Amino acid sequence: MKRLFLLVPLALFVVVGAFLANGLTRDPSNMPSQLIDRPLPEFDLSAIEGMEVGLSSDDIKGQVALLNVFASWCVSCHIEHPTLMALAARNEIPIYGLNWKEKPGDGIAWLNRLGNPYTLIGDDQNGRVAIDLGVTGAPETFVIDKQGRVRFRVAGPITDQYWTDVLAPMIEDLRRS
Amino acid sequence: MKVLLGFVCFLMFATGSIAAEPDEILDDPVLEERAKSIDAQLRCVVCQSQSIAESNAPLAKDLRILVRERISIGESDEAVIDYIVERYGNYVLLKPPVQGNTIFLWVFPALALVLGAIGTVFYLRGITPVTTASLSDEDEAELERIISERG
Repeated sequence: MKRLFLLVPLALFVVVGAFLANGLTRDPSNMPSQLIDRPLPEFDLSAIEGMEVGLSSDDIKGQVALLNVFASWCVSCHIEHPTLMALAARNEIPIYGLNWKEKPGDGIAWLNRLGNPYTLIGDDQNGRVAIDLGVTGAPETFVIDKQGRVRFRVAGPITDQYWTDVLAPMIEDLRRS
Repeated sequence: MKVLLGFVCFLMFATGSIAAEPDEILDDPVLEERAKSIDAQLRCVVCQSQSIAESNAPLAKDLRILVRERISIGESDEAVIDYIVERYGNYVLLKPPVQGNTIFLWVFPALALVLGAIGTVFYLRGITPVTTASLSDEDEAELERIISERG
């Protein structure tokens, strides 16, 4: 009995160590989104300079769609852009753009140069809609279901691989339900 | 040497000025004080070891402006913080709230102290003190005899 008692510190060490080791494997910059399974916040944004039509939250409702937060100043958005272009070319899913904290004119210049994968784009110059969405950085993408609820959030660029492995099956499910 | 020491001391205290940028500051000093104390409690979600008061990230600036806007329309400090927590979750609080999934975090230090104290008490009680058995009457007499013989 006395011998067993001596094992208590070791047991404690193992338990605490397991918790801490698990903590090390998590990415602290990947904060969970508060919006999951909640309706997309209401917004009504004007068009970016050089475009005619803006984007409101009502435009997105009634279909499974992506809402992508992007900006020309965002390095990872350049990495993600070809993937979004390919999705748009194959008509996989409507992609709506939230042009985040962009200097007037920079957004359209970027799209003119690299192509525009977006169905509609809203200009979030003061970043208020991004805060309502709980955005922590660009790019960030929200998967919206038919009922206008946010079902998933991708923090960081979507790659072809990520689309095939994670998003495509999820969107297939959402379309059927 | 003194100059170097002075410089080192200066560097030690020169960590991040805690203030809003001039264009954000509210005219009313009372409201600005409240805004500053709220800033200090909110984590910058881009650079997570800083509060939004310390961070110069654009998103932190947006949040500082938002905090001041909400205060200006007459919201209480709690309401302003709740507004941001609703969007970013408890992660945004530098001091986590006491609730189900954080209770371990709050209780563990005290628990560790108590467990340590209990362990120490058990350990100390386990040590048998070195006791000297008292001599029997005959031994006492014998000792008395030896001492007097020598004396």
